[in-house]
Order: sequence, then structure tokens, then C-alpha cells
Amino acid sequence: MSRHTLSVLVENKPGVLTRVAGLFARRAFNIHSLAVGPTEHEEISRITVVVDVEEHPLEQVTKQLNKLVHVIKIVELDAEVSVQRELLLVKVKADAANRSGVLEVVELFRAHVVDVVPDTVVVEATGTAAKLDALLAALAPYGVREIVKSGTLAVGRGSRSITDRALERVRSA
Amino acid sequence: MGQPNPTPAQVAARTTPRGVDRSVGEPVSGAESIVRSLEAVGVENVFGIPGGAILPTYDPLMDSARVRHILVRHEQGGGHAASGYAHATGKVGVTMATSGPGATNLVTPLADANMDSIPMVAITGQVAAPAIGTDAFQEADIVGITMPVTKHSYLVTDPDEIPRTIAEAFHIASTGRPGPVLVDIAKSAMQERTTFSWPQELALPGYHPVTKPHAKQIREAAKLLATARRPVLYVGGGIIRSGASAALRRLVDTSGAAVVTTLMARGSVPDSHPQHLGMPGMHGTVPAVAALQKADLVVALGARFDDRVTGKLSSFAPHAAIVHADIDPAEIGKNRAADVPIVGDLREVIEELVPALQAEQERVGKPDVEAWWHQIDTWRETYPLGFTPTADGHLAPQHVISRLGEIAGPDAIYVAGVGQHQMWAAQFIRYERPNTWINSGGLGTMGYSVPAAMGAKVGEPDRDVWAIDGDGCFQMTNQELATCAINDIPIKVALINNSSLGMVRQWQTLFYNQRYSNTDLHTGHGTVRIPDFVKLAEAYGCAGIRVEHESEVDDAIKRANEIDDRPVVVDFNVSRDAMVWPMVAAGVSNDDIQYARGISPAWDRED
Repeated sequence: MSRHTLSVLVENKPGVLTRVAGLFARRAFNIHSLAVGPTEHEEISRITVVVDVEEHPLEQVTKQLNKLVHVIKIVELDAEVSVQRELLLVKVKADAANRSGVLEVVELFRAHVVDVVPDTVVVEATGTAAKLDALLAALAPYGVREIVKSGTLAVGRGSRSITDRALERVRSA
Repeated sequence: MGQPNPTPAQVAARTTPRGVDRSVGEPVSGAESIVRSLEAVGVENVFGIPGGAILPTYDPLMDSARVRHILVRHEQGGGHAASGYAHATGKVGVTMATSGPGATNLVTPLADANMDSIPMVAITGQVAAPAIGTDAFQEADIVGITMPVTKHSYLVTDPDEIPRTIAEAFHIASTGRPGPVLVDIAKSAMQERTTFSWPQELALPGYHPVTKPHAKQIREAAKLLATARRPVLYVGGGIIRSGASAALRRLVDTSGAAVVTTLMARGSVPDSHPQHLGMPGMHGTVPAVAALQKADLVVALGARFDDRVTGKLSSFAPHAAIVHADIDPAEIGKNRAADVPIVGDLREVIEELVPALQAEQERVGKPDVEAWWHQIDTWRETYPLGFTPTADGHLAPQHVISRLGEIAGPDAIYVAGVGQHQMWAAQFIRYERPNTWINSGGLGTMGYSVPAAMGAKVGEPDRDVWAIDGDGCFQMTNQELATCAINDIPIKVALINNSSLGMVRQWQTLFYNQRYSNTDLHTGHGTVRIPDFVKLAEAYGCAGIRVEHESEVDDAIKRANEIDDRPVVVDFNVSRDAMVWPMVAAGVSNDDIQYARGISPAWDRED
């Protein structure tokens, strides 16, 4: 098994996410994480999906996705040539006795405290999956009460934009 | 690319909704727009049933001079009829149903069409837009329900979207790898005012089927085909969908290769062609199965390495290099890795492959396939397709079907249900033309035959259309005989009545110690005959003929062929113990094919 990050550019139409998610389910492909959002172009949405597959099924994943009428383009983003980030919000026990310890960890990981009450803080952090795992491990001794994480977002390094050509297609269609 | 980034204002200017310009086009209701769109796209026949949510559309439909609507008795029948029509004509089949149960009754035909790549458009009514999502009366999320079994689907709530949506639906259904498209239209959109204009511009930025093959891959395929010593062309249903039979014939002749035609491809190469070994797979001929197993080159043309063809995949065609040509890139490498992948329309692929092969043969000479044909001919002599007489004195179903094929001939269209009768019909009728063999291959839908035969007869009214059906299948959809009788669609039904769910019974005989759990249908000789199929036929305004003895078979077929003013049902009472042979049991290697029960060919051990 290996992990792959796919950027899927889709038409911004109702039901597209259902079609993509449904395809993964019925073809028995494993989704590790999924993130969807608008792009710089109103007609195009971008789905970042991280899948755990062998090399051969990965080809099947992209070919089957390409058959969906609303899918415009699929790009696999290798970790070495892309920036990949997740967002983490974590609620940690932090009272007068241990707050300074928690804040030290937050500082070390260049995270932020975004909410404080007398016995708890909410920490916001972005980073790679590995960094966020390390942060959670460091916070664990203080008592983690709630974790919420986004799917991975990824963008290729350098000046090239994968949406350009996709946009041409949408415009000329 | 290379262009400066657009400003937000430019983006906004370009992204105004692409709706219909109300200033052009005729003012009509949404319902009229649906009917006008169907006329404009060239629809001649629609198989459907009205109901609450589709009702507005049925009003203008009544006045259409170009669209004939055939009122079926069940939506499943309407869907399969559209499929049979598409199968026989190559045109897009159209079915129409109302919301809720009307739409859910279409799930099976849609799934069936999806598996067999049949161009089909289903138009369903949906509850009024404001009621969607409220669990309204007869509401079902049919777009959601059918998403896994359609090529694409639409929910239309804005009447302005109707013409473009219908244009896109027909385009998607009929191009690339064909398939079913569902258009679900809210009743409110049918009732509102809109404008109609045609032609429509399609807005499908993500849909670009590749039809032209890559020249380099064609050359690679030609090289392999020119030098292979044991080549086999493994021909699938894609050949029929792309209308490539004539082109294929030239490839067969030029290559000198052996040819096998899958269940979906029967008729794409004439059975009389000397290089044709018949059907491969679970119930294929020994020569077809053996040739694939021993081949050094398999050229798959519009075939998908289905488990019913390959048997145990890891031992399928173990010595063969694979050339795989298909219009659907996802089929290539899905089950078996391809050495030479070719994405393209089969007709274009073959039309380029033939001259490339000829050029290659001029360079390296004609391939030496003499030893290969010697080997194949030995198999053909030793293991011809055949059957043994029945032990119980009842009719042999294989005899009935063979005689039907001989008497009705290669110009007739044969439409099967699913089960033993389907396999015998695939084996014992000699097909000479494409689009003359219609069946449910991928989904294996019992009940397919009668409605699909109805659709085929509507599409090809001048041909004899024979439904070859089982007594189990027939009881699932025979109500469409009423549709046939009333609408002057005189199909003929050869009921292979073994009083059982025959294929299931065969497996119980072979794999479940002859414990016949729930497979007795009580419809044949010596039973209560519930129902009595002859009386049933007559009740439906059809002719009914019963045949119990071999001496009556030919006469009954001839009599049925002479009746053209109403449908005919011939109730052939056959032995329930007849089995389909040869057989590769599920999940085992094709090398373990049984010619008849307990008889396996002894392969030479040279390889």
C-alpha cells in the first residue's frame, strides 16, 4: 500500500462530490482524506483526495474518475514537488497549573491558541500530517479533549497552475 | 498558459450563467420543450408509462407526429424495451416513467444497460421543485439511487435547461462507450413557461471520448500480430456497438488468426467463417477456450476480460502477450495487464490496424500459423459442440433451439432471457450478422427477453424477432405480451419450459448434491401447469402453441413464423435434466473445462 495525493478539478455543479465519493466506495478504493473547495475560478471546484492504493489500482482510480462527466482534470501531486498541509483544531486541558507547559508546546510548533477559558485552550495548527501528529503527541500528556482535522490540501510547487488548461476547456465547451 | 492572470472582473464577466437566452426561441411550456427536444434529437419511439409527476409531458406527447409512445405495462418492461430497440438498431433507446416507484422500477434496466454499454435515455418525472427533499408523495431521489448504474444523470428544475440537458443526455448516451443516461425533470419545470430553441450547444468540458487510436500502438499491435504463431482475436460487444463487423472481417482474413466471439459479440463475425471458433468462457466451446489458453497472442477487441470469460484470472491465457483495444481507457489493464494498450473506437482501430498489418506482413512475410490451425482443427474434431439425448424421453432443449435457428434463419433476431436457454441460444444458433443476438450479458437480468424482443421488433419491424425465454424468466415480464398484442408488435416467444429455474437447478445438480431447493416452478409436463402458458398467451390475445414431442417441433416453429397478426408463444416442454456443456466451474482455471460432465480434455503437455 502506498499513499497518493490527487488533485481533482471538477465542474462546480450539484452532486459532484457525491459522484466522486460514491465512485470510491463502489470500486472499493480507500479514501484516506478528502477536502473540497472553490478555486480561483467560479466554474471549477477542487477536490484533494488522498488514497491508499497500490500502483496498479491507482491507475484504475484515475481512469474511473476521468469517466465521470463532471471531472475535468486529475493531477497526482508527489510530496516532493508539492506543498501538502492539514489544518488541526485541538481542545486541550490547560488550567493555571499547566497552561505554561501547553503554551510552550504551542510555541515550539508555531501553532496558535485561538480560544481560552480557565481550564481549556483551543489550539490551531497547520502543517504536514507528520508535524500535526508530533504536536498531538506533545499535547497528549496535558489531556486532549477534542480533535478536529481537515483533509489534506495540496498544491504543486513552482509557477505552473493546473487550473489554466482546465479552465480553457470549461470556457470553450 | 503564458497569458496574464485574468482580473476578478474579467473572471466574473466570463462566468455569467450559461442559461438559455430567453430573447431567442419559441415560448413553450417545459413539457412542450421536452417533447420538442425529443423530436429534435430524432427520437421515433418511446416506451413508457405516465403517472402524476410526468403527466404534464404526456399531454403534448399525445400531439407529437414524430414520436410514437408505446404504453408498456411495467416500467422495467419499458426500460428493457428501450434496450432491445437500441441493441437491434444501434440508435438510442428511450424510456419514460413517473417519479417514485415509476422511476425505481427503472433501476434494473438502467443497471442492465450500464453493464452492457447500451445507449439509452430514461426520462423521469420528479416531484415539483419546492417539494424535493420533503418526502413528498411518490418522491424518490432517483438521481442518487441510479448514480452507480448510469453513465451520467441530470436533475432538471429550471425549464430553460431542458433542451440542452436532453441534447447532452443523447450525446453522452451514444458516444464514447455507450451507456444509459437518466434525465429527472421536476413537474414544476414541466409546468412553467420557457423558450425552446434548437440546436443546443453542449456544455461538457469534462467529456472527451478518445476515438482515434495512437499510431505507435497500432504499429506495435501489427508487429505482434504479424509474428505470432498462435494468435487469437478475442472479440467483445464493443465491436457491435462501434459497428465494426465489416472492418473486423478484413482483420480476420488478413491476420489468419483464430477468432472467438464473447456472449455480447455473437454475430459480429459470421459463425460460418472457418476461423471462427465460437464463444469462449464458462459455457464456451472447447476450441475457443483452449485456443485462448494456448495462445501466444490475444488481441482483445472491445472485450473486458470478464470473469465469465477468463475463469480464474491468474491462469487465463498464461502464455499470451495481450493487445487490448477499447474505447474505455478504464477497461484496459483493469483485469489483465496489456502489453499493447490501444484506446479508440474499434472501427477506427481496426481500419488502421489492417493496413499496418499488411505493411508488416510485406516486410516479414505471412505468419506461420499452420501448426496452430492443425492443433485447433484437432480440438474442433475431438470436441465439437453437441448434446446427448435426454434420458427421460422429454424434448432436448438444445434440439429445439438448434431447429429454431435453422428454420428462422440468420435474418431473424434472437432475444434471450438469462439462464440455460440463454447459453443454449448462444451456442446452438448460428449467427451470421451483427445485432441479431440480443441478451443481458453483464447484469444477467432474468425477464429481459420479452420486453427486449418487443423493443427489437419496434426497431426492426420487418424482421422476425424470436424471444427465447425460460419459464422462470417469462413469468417475470410476460405482461408486456399485452403491449405487443395491442400495439401490433408481433414478436414470437420460444418458451424453453423445463418447469424449473434451470441454471440454478443445474448448479444444484452439480454442486449441491442434487438438493433442489426452490427451483421447481410447476409449469411443465406432468405438473399442475400454473400458469398454463398456452392459456396465458391466449388471454393476452396471442397465439399459444404447446409442443411436447420432437416430431412437433419443426411444424410449431413454421406455424409460428406464419403468424404475423399477433404475438405467438410456443410452449416447448423440455427435459429438466438437460445441462449446459461445456462448462468451466466458477473460479477455476479454464484449463479445467469439462466437455461434458466428468469429461475434461487431455491437454498435451508440450507447453
